[in-house]
Amino acid sequence: MRERTSKTRPVEVIDWPAAIHNALKSQRVRQVSYVPDAGHKRLIELCHADRNMTTVPLTTEEEGIGLAAGAWLGGERAALLMQSSGVGNCVNALTLAATCGFPLLMLVTMRGEAGERNPWQVPMGQAVPEALRLGGVRTLRLGRAEEASAVANTAAKVAFEEQSAVALLISQQLIGVKSFEEKR
Amino acid sequence: MKALNRREVVASLLERRDGLLVVAGLGSAAWDCTAAGDHPLTFPLWGAMGSAAMIGLGLALAQPKRRVLVVTGDGEMLMGLGSLATIGVRRPGNLSIVVLDNERYGETGMQKTHTAYGTDLAAVASACGFADSRTIRRNTEIAAVRSSIYRGRGPLFFQVKVKRDSLPLALPPRDGAHLKHRFREALLGKGAAAQ
Repeated sequence: MRERTSKTRPVEVIDWPAAIHNALKSQRVRQVSYVPDAGHKRLIELCHADRNMTTVPLTTEEEGIGLAAGAWLGGERAALLMQSSGVGNCVNALTLAATCGFPLLMLVTMRGEAGERNPWQVPMGQAVPEALRLGGVRTLRLGRAEEASAVANTAAKVAFEEQSAVALLISQQLIGVKSFEEKR
Repeated sequence: MKALNRREVVASLLERRDGLLVVAGLGSAAWDCTAAGDHPLTFPLWGAMGSAAMIGLGLALAQPKRRVLVVTGDGEMLMGLGSLATIGVRRPGNLSIVVLDNERYGETGMQKTHTAYGTDLAAVASACGFADSRTIRRNTEIAAVRSSIYRGRGPLFFQVKVKRDSLPLALPPRDGAHLKHRFREALLGKGAAAQ
């Protein structure tokens, strides 16, 4: 994608969801489950369009932890996409990762960070890193588009090669703040 | 109440199980599966209540040529009710769920579950798009259930009304990592356990 921010200087906009999708592909992730978030819109579309991936929409995020465990029992790798508010829904299911050592790769788009305009998003968003730590999940941070490929690959390696639970937290600053203004 | 013996039902479903892959929900369903014979291709849960059906879905999608059976209780299924809707999205033909429904939380003092108040789990599964979903009340129906699990086109759901008796514990291994490794090794071969 190429956009102009000024009349004189074109800048390359990095397609970070595509970089994450490529990382998932190269790490042989076959099952991608999600509760949608606006920040995951493009990645969800890329995964749906990928014939080597089975996408599984969930009713609640904890379902994706069970799905990932079942996939691993069957010899496949899974990834779980959610918004930060969904982390709280996962807590007891994280038992599977902690007691059985199932690999778990969570990709979490953050709300409740700097610039958030919905105060109801703030408590869970702010609690996410600690909640994950208490649940036995390591966290990595993606804040800049140019790091997306490297950080997503690292997260997948932590999950599948070290057989750990890991969450990649995608900063609100990267996704953009939801404006709550009518679309024109 | 005319109801079935849960141990006999599970034993009938798991005898001569060939390559059947089994996920057992926590509590009595896991004890029932263990009483029928501990097996490396059974993954019994000791926690993560509400996850059994979703583990079955992940497994069924990963292993489309194998039959996958989730055996769980009514309380465990109720906690993961949304997973029936999620299974209804992908509808794997190789997945069956058997809910052993005694209408009670058997591990915590036999409190009534929602099925005791009328929740019809088979109707929920049917409404979620399962290929076949039935409530089973008679021993004479178990042979057909077995045949469907091993050969029918899924996803299939059987709500089996069972007696409210407390049976002797038959405990599977408790070490989750061991249960995971032995399952993968039996399914995927030596060396797969750690990959």
